[in-house]
Amino acid sequence: MSTVAVDLRQAVEDAAAHLYVWALKDIPQDLRDALADAKDKETSVPGRRVLETIVKNVDVAETENNIVCQDTGIAVYACRVGEHFPLHPAKIYEALKIGTERATVDTPLRSNAVHTLTRENTGPNTGYRLPIVHWEFVPDWDGLDVKCIPKGSGSENMSFLKMCVPADGVKGIKQFVLESIVGAGGKPCPPGIVGVGIGGSADYAMYLAKEAIGRPVGTTNPDPEVAKLERELFELLNETGVGPMGLGGDVTVLSCHVEHADTHMTLNPVAVNYQCWAARRASAHVSANGDVEFDREF
Amino acid sequence: MAEHELTFPATEEDIRKLRAGDLVTVDGHIIGIRDRTQIRIFDEGVDPPLDLDGAFLLHTAPNVRKLGSGRYEPLCVGTTTSARMVRFTEPLGRDHGVRAIAGKGGLPDEAIEPMARYGMVYFALVGGAAALETTQIEEIEEVYWEELMPECLWKFRVKGFGPLWVGIDSHGNSMYRDVQTEATKRLEEIVAGL
Repeated sequence: MSTVAVDLRQAVEDAAAHLYVWALKDIPQDLRDALADAKDKETSVPGRRVLETIVKNVDVAETENNIVCQDTGIAVYACRVGEHFPLHPAKIYEALKIGTERATVDTPLRSNAVHTLTRENTGPNTGYRLPIVHWEFVPDWDGLDVKCIPKGSGSENMSFLKMCVPADGVKGIKQFVLESIVGAGGKPCPPGIVGVGIGGSADYAMYLAKEAIGRPVGTTNPDPEVAKLERELFELLNETGVGPMGLGGDVTVLSCHVEHADTHMTLNPVAVNYQCWAARRASAHVSANGDVEFDREF
Repeated sequence: MAEHELTFPATEEDIRKLRAGDLVTVDGHIIGIRDRTQIRIFDEGVDPPLDLDGAFLLHTAPNVRKLGSGRYEPLCVGTTTSARMVRFTEPLGRDHGVRAIAGKGGLPDEAIEPMARYGMVYFALVGGAAALETTQIEEIEEVYWEELMPECLWKFRVKGFGPLWVGIDSHGNSMYRDVQTEATKRLEEIVAGL
């Protein structure tokens, strides 16, 4: 039992080390397609040139075997842990942390992590409560899915929360999302993915917004009411004219994803989390026997 | 929209020729600078260890590999959000003769007036296009304040660095102000129709 657990811990660590670097180097196909479409659609002169440069940059990263953007972000992982997966989440966390450190030292990658008050660098992109891991537990299953989302600060700094009241309704939600994205301007590297979390509580709405930016472009929320809100917001956001890198144009966002939770009758929380055009993510499936399969999605 | 090739360090005359919306590529030397570097210069009162007269400052904290004492190889060099550092615009021009500040996402409107007064421009890079920018860097010539890694002062030699847009020129024009004005107007119309 202990031997299996040690090997499994090592498998998760190796997977994390690979995922972090892979995500930074290789932009997923859904993003590449969305960026190419945006380039063809954009009519503003600077906007089109920005998108041409972005598409070229993704290609250069591939041919030079380089990371796409210099901001290696904070490592965020989303884990789905099966009820019968034979490694405890405490050990999964430890493995993700060591994997992140190994990737940072061996590649090498810029280390961004600092103590939030002293601003002293803590070392290899890990620290107190870093990396950040989101957990979901799955009954009747013995596997583990790990998704790595390196989150850059330019887009993370453009995060917004408003505790709307029930009387604000859906209109209030839309207005807040639109104001947030116009206010953000070029700072979060548009056009990217706008993640919106609605319902739950203040903290949970923000958690849902982060979950939303981790979804591939082209996916929709299974709830038809929420999916309708996604479509409407996407259309409205692209009417604002903020454009690529905030220099003006037709394409302000590539996609808008909304995740929701039921909430208190007097609450109407709205959280916005932005993901830049370099919306990096990579996933691995780990079996109970330690086999690892790398993939884009869960 | 005109296109220009410029070599840095540059003169006030070079800078006054540029208009918001123009496209520029740059050769010569550019200086990497960031939040902590400027906090040290302006808030802690430490003189920068190199001459910034005529300089092109790039908001960056690069990925590098250490080759030896004070020697680094660029691995991935991009740019960061400039707006955080807007309050340093005026003293950079007034006290140090800086001619260009480059980064992504623009500078807020408070940068427009000092840039006009001291003959400075803001250059907009494509944020995230770091793999491409790295191919335009010939060498890291000098590194100062290594203890602030990666927010040191970096001296890069570049060739064909760009594309760069003149986001804010030295004549009181800003692409960002224009886009925000228009977007705010459209936002009001959209909200009215909800």
